[in-house]
Amino acid sequence: MWQGFPLRPEQASTIARGIDHLYYFLTAVDLFFTALIFLTIFYLALRYRRRPGNEKPPKTRTLMPLELAWSIIPAILCGVMFTWSASLFVRNARPPRASTEIFVVGKQWMWKIQHAGGRSEIDELHVPLGEPIKLTMTSEDVIHDFFIPAFRVKKDVLPGRYTSIWFEATQVGKFHFFCAQYCGTDHSHMRGWVYVMTPTDYERWLSGAVPTQTMAQAGALLYEQYGCITCHGTGKGPPFIDLYGSNVKLDNGQTVVADDAYLRESILFPTAQIVAGYQPIMPTFKGQLNEDQVLNLIAYIKSLRTQERTSPQ
Amino acid sequence: MAEAHAPTAHAQHAPQGFIRKYIFSLDHKVIGKQYYFLALFSVFVGLLLSILMRWHLVWPDAHIPLLDKLSPVGAPGGLMTPEYYLSLMTMHGTIMIFFVLTTAPQSGFGNYFLPIQIGAEDMAFPRLNMLSFWVTLAALLTLLSSFFVSDGPPLAGWTAYPPLSAVGSVSGPGEGLGQDLWVISIALFCVGALLGALNFIATTLELRTRGMKLMRLPLTCWAWFITAIVGLLSFAVLFAAGVLLLLDRVGGTSFFVPAGLIVSDKILSNHSGGSPLLYQHLFWFFGHPEVYIAILPGMGITSHILSCFSRKPIFGYRAMTYSLMAIGFLSFTVWGHHMFVSGMSPYTAFAFSVMTMAIGVPSAIKTFNWLGTLWGGRLRLTTAMLFSIGFVSLFVSGGLSGLFLAQPPVDVNLHATYFVVGHFHLVMGVAAIFAMFGGTFYWFPKMFGRMMNETLGKIHFWLTFVGVYAIFMPMHYLGVEGNVRRYSTFIDDFMQPLLPVHKFMSIWAFIVGGAQLIFIFNLFWSMFKGEKAGINPWESTSLEWTVPSPPPHDNFAGKIPVVYHGPYEYGVPGAEKDYIMQDSPEVVAESH
Ligand code: HEC
Ligand code: HEM
Ligand SMILES: [Cu+2]
Ligand SMILES: [Cu+2]
Repeated sequence: MWQGFPLRPEQASTIARGIDHLYYFLTAVDLFFTALIFLTIFYLALRYRRRPGNEKPPKTRTLMPLELAWSIIPAILCGVMFTWSASLFVRNARPPRASTEIFVVGKQWMWKIQHAGGRSEIDELHVPLGEPIKLTMTSEDVIHDFFIPAFRVKKDVLPGRYTSIWFEATQVGKFHFFCAQYCGTDHSHMRGWVYVMTPTDYERWLSGAVPTQTMAQAGALLYEQYGCITCHGTGKGPPFIDLYGSNVKLDNGQTVVADDAYLRESILFPTAQIVAGYQPIMPTFKGQLNEDQVLNLIAYIKSLRTQERTSPQ
Repeated sequence: MAEAHAPTAHAQHAPQGFIRKYIFSLDHKVIGKQYYFLALFSVFVGLLLSILMRWHLVWPDAHIPLLDKLSPVGAPGGLMTPEYYLSLMTMHGTIMIFFVLTTAPQSGFGNYFLPIQIGAEDMAFPRLNMLSFWVTLAALLTLLSSFFVSDGPPLAGWTAYPPLSAVGSVSGPGEGLGQDLWVISIALFCVGALLGALNFIATTLELRTRGMKLMRLPLTCWAWFITAIVGLLSFAVLFAAGVLLLLDRVGGTSFFVPAGLIVSDKILSNHSGGSPLLYQHLFWFFGHPEVYIAILPGMGITSHILSCFSRKPIFGYRAMTYSLMAIGFLSFTVWGHHMFVSGMSPYTAFAFSVMTMAIGVPSAIKTFNWLGTLWGGRLRLTTAMLFSIGFVSLFVSGGLSGLFLAQPPVDVNLHATYFVVGHFHLVMGVAAIFAMFGGTFYWFPKMFGRMMNETLGKIHFWLTFVGVYAIFMPMHYLGVEGNVRRYSTFIDDFMQPLLPVHKFMSIWAFIVGGAQLIFIFNLFWSMFKGEKAGINPWESTSLEWTVPSPPPHDNFAGKIPVVYHGPYEYGVPGAEKDYIMQDSPEVVAESH
């Protein structure tokens, strides 16, 4: 019976257990109050039914202590829940520094997944066991949402910006993912599988396909093809070496960190933020580059380092 | 303000002729009934749609009789296309939220009984009142007309998130004219709701009769009053969001559409720089208060009925009014709990999480006060009373499941799954419907001068009560398992094991749907054949029970009552009977 109707989906990531404990606590509180209130209703309804010859109820007063009790006890319980859930949420929000980044682009009605090494897949996501993975996600059209029940993660995937989730799988196997933000006709078909593999299998899988370019190599090609090189290789535009993660001074005096979102915006909406000391001559590439290509260009920019540094997260 | 003085004038002569009397009537009682029947019609359309949906979900290969006649494109050969399912879902949600829940408890019962309960001859602005009804009707007809447009009814869901809802037919069927009609309908509805809200506020503040101090208002009036304030503030925002969405669709603006979208392999070059999240903030700034607009009048009605049929004063009248105000106020501070997974910062999420739990406190106070009202009473378990007790139970069940959704780390798992569907159906949908049934059984004698049949009423109650739990409780389980909502099919092997649960729910949906026919029969049969009702069949205390059933055109036949008592003086020691009417001059040592 419980095989067919399990209580929770499998726990296959490091955060699942902690979340489930909170979930069980909430269930216990709920069951307690459901039982309390329902039994009270039934008791009152039966006990105080009207009986003949007993028309007038005895006087009952509004009792202040009672009013206070049922205001204060729920308030305290809410406080406990909040503290618990807030601490969990903060802990789960930040990806560990050493996370491997994988890129996800949603569109009606499929998922395209791009590994830094160049391998890409559709509606499937291969990840290594026991390593923190950060998914950087965007959409080409409407809003989608990436949901892996067994990992207890879910996040909207929006057009025009990056969102991210991270997880560390604790179990080798095959797990579902779904689109959980309503996106039109074939929303219910926008789903796939996460394959969790041992790190060695994963390495084999990554290199197993027909040799392809890494994302950075693909980005390097685009860099030439789309003529970025004519400015950024000549001094008309700022050079990209060590750009990623650095502080960029803008012509309005502000300083911003060159993260994924900044790079994306610089490519698609160059006039939004102008680098200090340069003319706003860069044309917009919106409509010419799709989200995959932008991700490749970003990977290329990231790869331009004078020396190895840890990622800026 | 000319209208405010009018009542005395129109007290003398009621309009003659069918059209002026029943169609373009200025009488709040006729308008109240018009709203009631509009909602009644809508709830049956909505129910029918949900039954078709439940059928398609579990028997996707079984032909639905007659459906291909209704929509040869949407259901060729009686089998629904995915688009058609999603359209029905969108229409079901929209009709239920706007034209049922926002309409019957507030505009229907409120229009009819607010003026009588405060001792007024009509609403403050009768003409505005008529206008708001007709605008609401126009909104409903606009929405329903989308069933007949060529690329099908809208399918963006009742929340209509852009870009899906904003970029037009490129994003799929139903996103063309159908979606335009949806937006126009909602904007019209907002206008009607805003006018209605103004009228309710003015009426409550200005037209109370002598002696009707604020703290002598029945809780129904308090609830209608606070709902009107909440409605005024929130529908204004939805109206703005609707207009901006319409401009994005037809005016080439980009409030909600970012640049460079590639939809169906076409680059949308006519948009730039909009924010889809802006819409979500606007929508839910309305959307959360909206669920309270749906439920607050129900709370008022339930309090009123529980006190009457327990033959006891409502437990904690003051606490009840303050908690209504607290809920109304807090409802504007929690909208972000619908957006925990939209990418907001964890700290923003906390703020919304705290406020969401805070709103649970006044809700708990109300619940316990209802129980306190039953405690020690002499309960008359009429059908109205059963539905009110049912309301409390549904509100508790749905409210408790809301605790899960208020915790961001847990909500991350449950958001957009059937858990949410189960939660909001219980706490808002069915609870409000129970309040409507309770109100109908309680006030029918006043509105139509006859009693409804209690035996049929009780059969209807028990079938519905058991049925809605059987439909909506299992949904929580499905959601916990990860069953995503708004899916038109469950072909996936992940969903297959859950299919028996879905079948169980569908069968109960058919039973509950069928049980509503008992209610319809009871309603119309009693209207003509029911036992004649006296002035005060339930021995209630509020002012509507001092006038004939149905009340005369100007409510009090020129004799405006004076109020001496609070609304819930039941079982007062030393009184002649076990209750004291609000307008009774009787002085009892203990009453005030
Ligand atoms: C016509 C010359 C020109 C071309 C072509 C051009 N850029 Fe630029 N780019 C600039 C200039 C000038 C700036 C600095 C001013 C600004 O911020 O707009 C800039 C800024 C940037 C920045 C921000 C750099 C920083 O230091 O913060 C990025 C990233 C960038 N470009 C990427 C690209 C990519 C990718 C391409 C090709 C697809 C491209 N650019 C093509 C001229 C160009
Ligand atoms: C027997 C009665 C009912 C049944 C069987 C039923 C069933 C359903 C189903 C199957 C869905 C689709 C869930 C999804 O996939 O997201 C749904 C959605 C919805 N229902 Fe009901 N429902 C019923 C009554 C009501 C009532 C009384 C209300 C009033 C509030 C209501 C409001 C909604 C709303 C707002 C939605 C969301 C639509 C959307 O996703 O855009 N329903 N209902
Ligand atoms: Cu989707
Ligand atoms: Cu809400």
